Amino acid sequence: MSGLFSAASWETVWKYRSTFLLGFGNTLLTAALGILLALALGAVFGLMAAGDKPVLRAVARVYVEFIQNTPVLLQLCFIYYALAFSGHSIGIIPTGIIALGIYHGAYMSEVFRAGIEAVPKGQFEAARSQGFTYFEEMWYIILPQTIKIILPPMVNQIVNLMKNTSCLYLIGGSDLISLTYSFVTGATTGGAYAPAYLVCGALFFLMCYPLSRLAGSWEKQLKRREAMTAAVRTK
Amino acid sequence: MAMIKLENINKNFGDLHVLKNVNLEVQEGEKLVIIGPSGSGKSTTVRCMNFLEVPTSGRVLIDGQEMTEKNQRRIVREKISMVFQQFNLYPHLTVLRNLTLAPTKLHGMSEQEAEDLAYHYLDVVGLRDKAHVYPPALSGGQQQRIAIARALCCKTPIILFDEPTSALDPETIQEVLDVMVRLAHENNITMVVVTHEMGFARQVADRIVFMEDGRIIEEGTPEHFFTSPDSPRVKEFLGKIIR
Repeated sequence: MSGLFSAASWETVWKYRSTFLLGFGNTLLTAALGILLALALGAVFGLMAAGDKPVLRAVARVYVEFIQNTPVLLQLCFIYYALAFSGHSIGIIPTGIIALGIYHGAYMSEVFRAGIEAVPKGQFEAARSQGFTYFEEMWYIILPQTIKIILPPMVNQIVNLMKNTSCLYLIGGSDLISLTYSFVTGATTGGAYAPAYLVCGALFFLMCYPLSRLAGSWEKQLKRREAMTAAVRTK
Repeated sequence: MAMIKLENINKNFGDLHVLKNVNLEVQEGEKLVIIGPSGSGKSTTVRCMNFLEVPTSGRVLIDGQEMTEKNQRRIVREKISMVFQQFNLYPHLTVLRNLTLAPTKLHGMSEQEAEDLAYHYLDVVGLRDKAHVYPPALSGGQQQRIAIARALCCKTPIILFDEPTSALDPETIQEVLDVMVRLAHENNITMVVVTHEMGFARQVADRIVFMEDGRIIEEGTPEHFFTSPDSPRVKEFLGKIIR
């Protein structure tokens, strides 16, 4: 047991710190681009799901159900090997970005849909009665009203996506988890389990925690504004 | 030419036949009041005029132009505003922004022009001091007056009112009616008002239409309605509603 946290093992981790930083960078990159893709897909399919065109609703439904009811690991491997065997391999990180984007896009889509459906029908009617186009109506009137509702679950998805970069391990990734694992099992670096995983965990925490906090404070701010509005009203 | 013309309008909600062959013309500048028991199709009739409800069959003509789902947005933008029972102000925008949003984004007005216009109509409804307040902080009556100002800011020749006082506390109904009466003196605005306020109808209507069960049963001047209506059904209705 005493060997777990030995000075020597901490030294090994420090010596190979660039490995962890590389993994950290790769995970951040994969997550950042994956989030953009997930947000874009979520917005498009969420709008389709909340709209009144039956075909578009059905398409969105199929996407969401199919993605939510199969494991992300399977989707990742499927995309990776499908691309590899068809001779269009695009590399591990891009594959990860696409797979995670598609996977979390399905959840984001549900977040958008629920947010839009929570806006009272009268808001859509008011916008329509003034002659706004669909996109103007969404942009100026509906989506701003959904923020308060969708912010917490959206940040939740973003944090999940960051953690899910660890799936890249299965296709030989160079993300933080994969590199940490190679490190602790490596021939020259092996054995420094505890410090390595602690560092890895700390780095993940560093990525995710500020986001959770940020979302929490936004939410509080919005609620405070609402409470102030209510207080004015009762005066 | 009629400003609004409904030709043989039918509207079905599933099995429910809500409007049965409704024909109605509203002249330019006319103040038309639609009355009748709830569920008679009054609101649906008005909502067909701006295609919030698309008629199952029949034609809607606005200023001589037939409305379709394709040109609905353009015609509405140019010709028709609406005031709703539930006000439907945009709660995330200040009162001022509620008033300037459509003029700046849809009618090509500069922010400055739109704000000047907004303040003008805030004066008309007596709420200039609420310009920077968010709508949820206002009383129902105040919200509805803002909603009327919002409609006026679009400078459309037609304003539809769908039970504008039905969701209000009794003590705030009058302030909204006062604004509407003042508006009715504007000769060039065509007003169609669904309401249960018989005093208002008597005071401002050029013509009253009585609907029941998806049909227009009777129409005429307020004088005709309140003194010698033809239909026993109208007599009965007025007898119940006038206290």
